[in-house]
Amino acid sequence: MKNRVLMQGNEACVEGAIKAGMRFFAGYPITPSTEIAEQSAVRLPQVGGHFIQMEDEIASMAAIIGASAVGTKSMTATSGPGFSLKQENIGYACMTEIPCVIVDVQRSGPSTGLPTSPSQSDVMQARWGTHGDHSIIAISPSSVQECYHLAIRAFNLAEKYRTPVIFLMDEIVGHLREGIEIDDDENIEIIERKMKQRPDTLHLPYHVCEGEDVPRFHLTGYDIRYNITGLAHGADGFPTNNNEIAGQLVTRLMQKIEHNVDDIVQVEEKYCDDAETVIVCYGGTTRCVMSAVEELRAKGKKVGYFRPITIWPFPEKQLKALSEKVKNIIVAEHNYGQILLEVQRIVKNCKIGFVGKVDGTVIMPKEIVKAVEEVK
Amino acid sequence: MASELITKYMREEHLPHIWCPGCGHGILMRDVAQAVKNLGIDQEKVCLVSGIGCASRAAGYMDFQTMHTTHGRAIAFATGVKMARPDLEVIVIAGDGDCAAIGGNHLIHAARRNIGITVIVFNNDIYGMTGGQYSPTTPTGEFGTTAPYGNIDRPFDIAVLAAAAGASYVAKGTAYHATQTIKLIENGIKHKGFALIDCAGICATYYGRKNKKGSAVDMMKFQRDNTITVEQAKSLPREEREGKFILGKLVENDFPEFTDEYQKIIDRLKEGK
Repeated sequence: MKNRVLMQGNEACVEGAIKAGMRFFAGYPITPSTEIAEQSAVRLPQVGGHFIQMEDEIASMAAIIGASAVGTKSMTATSGPGFSLKQENIGYACMTEIPCVIVDVQRSGPSTGLPTSPSQSDVMQARWGTHGDHSIIAISPSSVQECYHLAIRAFNLAEKYRTPVIFLMDEIVGHLREGIEIDDDENIEIIERKMKQRPDTLHLPYHVCEGEDVPRFHLTGYDIRYNITGLAHGADGFPTNNNEIAGQLVTRLMQKIEHNVDDIVQVEEKYCDDAETVIVCYGGTTRCVMSAVEELRAKGKKVGYFRPITIWPFPEKQLKALSEKVKNIIVAEHNYGQILLEVQRIVKNCKIGFVGKVDGTVIMPKEIVKAVEEVK
Repeated sequence: MASELITKYMREEHLPHIWCPGCGHGILMRDVAQAVKNLGIDQEKVCLVSGIGCASRAAGYMDFQTMHTTHGRAIAFATGVKMARPDLEVIVIAGDGDCAAIGGNHLIHAARRNIGITVIVFNNDIYGMTGGQYSPTTPTGEFGTTAPYGNIDRPFDIAVLAAAAGASYVAKGTAYHATQTIKLIENGIKHKGFALIDCAGICATYYGRKNKKGSAVDMMKFQRDNTITVEQAKSLPREEREGKFILGKLVENDFPEFTDEYQKIIDRLKEGK
């Protein structure tokens, strides 16, 4: 059964998370993500879960890793400055392979910036914010409906690949109110932790079965006593200075995502079949682009848009294939050009244009229209 | 034959530990093991969380559920563990820098919430792992590699800080007074709310050498000869308390414990109230 409800993006994200099995949230107030903490505080105890407002962003990140390590699906939410503060512990979750979801409702920066204004300037921070070579998954919703469904997917991917997943929202979708459908049925796929089966590997928390990329779980806090550390470690979970083991670990952390890009990456392509010009956009910007594309199509212009739903890993294969069919690619994003860098890296045979904003205002459809019409 | 404290409570294959000869941390780690043994708690039920620094390496050696986390954040990680699994005995081992400098904010807020975590501070007044820099507990006038002309910072008393922040059990132990310190740790673990036991350790390698305190044995003797009880400290004028190690329980209160209070909310909502 489907229930139609009016909801804000931030609220829908919480409902999706609860549907996915989130039972712990730790957060700290920050605009424009605060409603996620507020809604979690209301909803979690209703389903037997726990909410805590921690003393700072760093502590919130630490607390969700602690809760997840002992088996509870966990999430935190923040915005630009708070996202920066969480980075060290995000790296700890990468290294220890503890699943968790970090929502970043992006706002204008750097520093305190324009706290209530839209932006998408944390895209590169989402990829490379924590130190050291690491892999990450980031997902960017562009509607309230997607805030719900993709939050579920964020948890599923976190569990499946034992990694932090960045739910990269922006102020536009976070504060947007739309009618959405909340599914009551059991058809929604919820992925739980893959548990160890072989008794001979139970004592090795980071043992990886042949043909798999991700170690299976046997939770901390139950019958077997594990060690978890952010230091380089072997299959047994204990620190090591062995260069070979350390190298293998970092390589596997990178490859567990690289090997599964096809499973992780989602894109949306619209009006691309006969398009001469394609606009690359994501998140809240998609709304403005959609409007512009429809206006241009009505005028007979062959324009479409390409939207990475999964931002990291970036949908390289899909964009490359598309670029071989079209003449022009225009990147539209609310920053000085971050995904633009990825597009420039991948696309070799098209003209590349850019529409960006760093003043805290929204890119208007007419600005997109103008950019398309100006393409020679 | 090795004692049961080693065969049962330590991960023998990971010994010897990395601490320097004469370090007080080995004694304090033994005290924690002895306290858990005395209480008869299942090892599976103990989740030991640590941060970064010399003291934090204890997590790798002790045979419990162990999490070696990031610098200063052990109490915050432990808060998540305790909320998700209130049935676990959650113990944090932290050094003075880890606990009171980079982790100071988490310390005071966990104490304020009175969440049922036991924090055991291995307090040697110095950053040992990085080679002897002054810490928030280094006394004024003492030397460290970053205080080459003498430390002008005023030190924290971590136990008094925790008590002021609302911790419901606070005690002070020393590496020398093992019997009493074990008992204080035991009582801290048994205690329902937030407990902190600030244990004076010994760093002969860095603190001792920089400050001409003699050998580890000399420092241990100094600790023995300069320790007074909490009761004695109360009757001494401030000047005479200066430089003394204090031993015993400072605070014990029956405040509501955080995860218990949260469970009441869950139960109330379940009943539809």
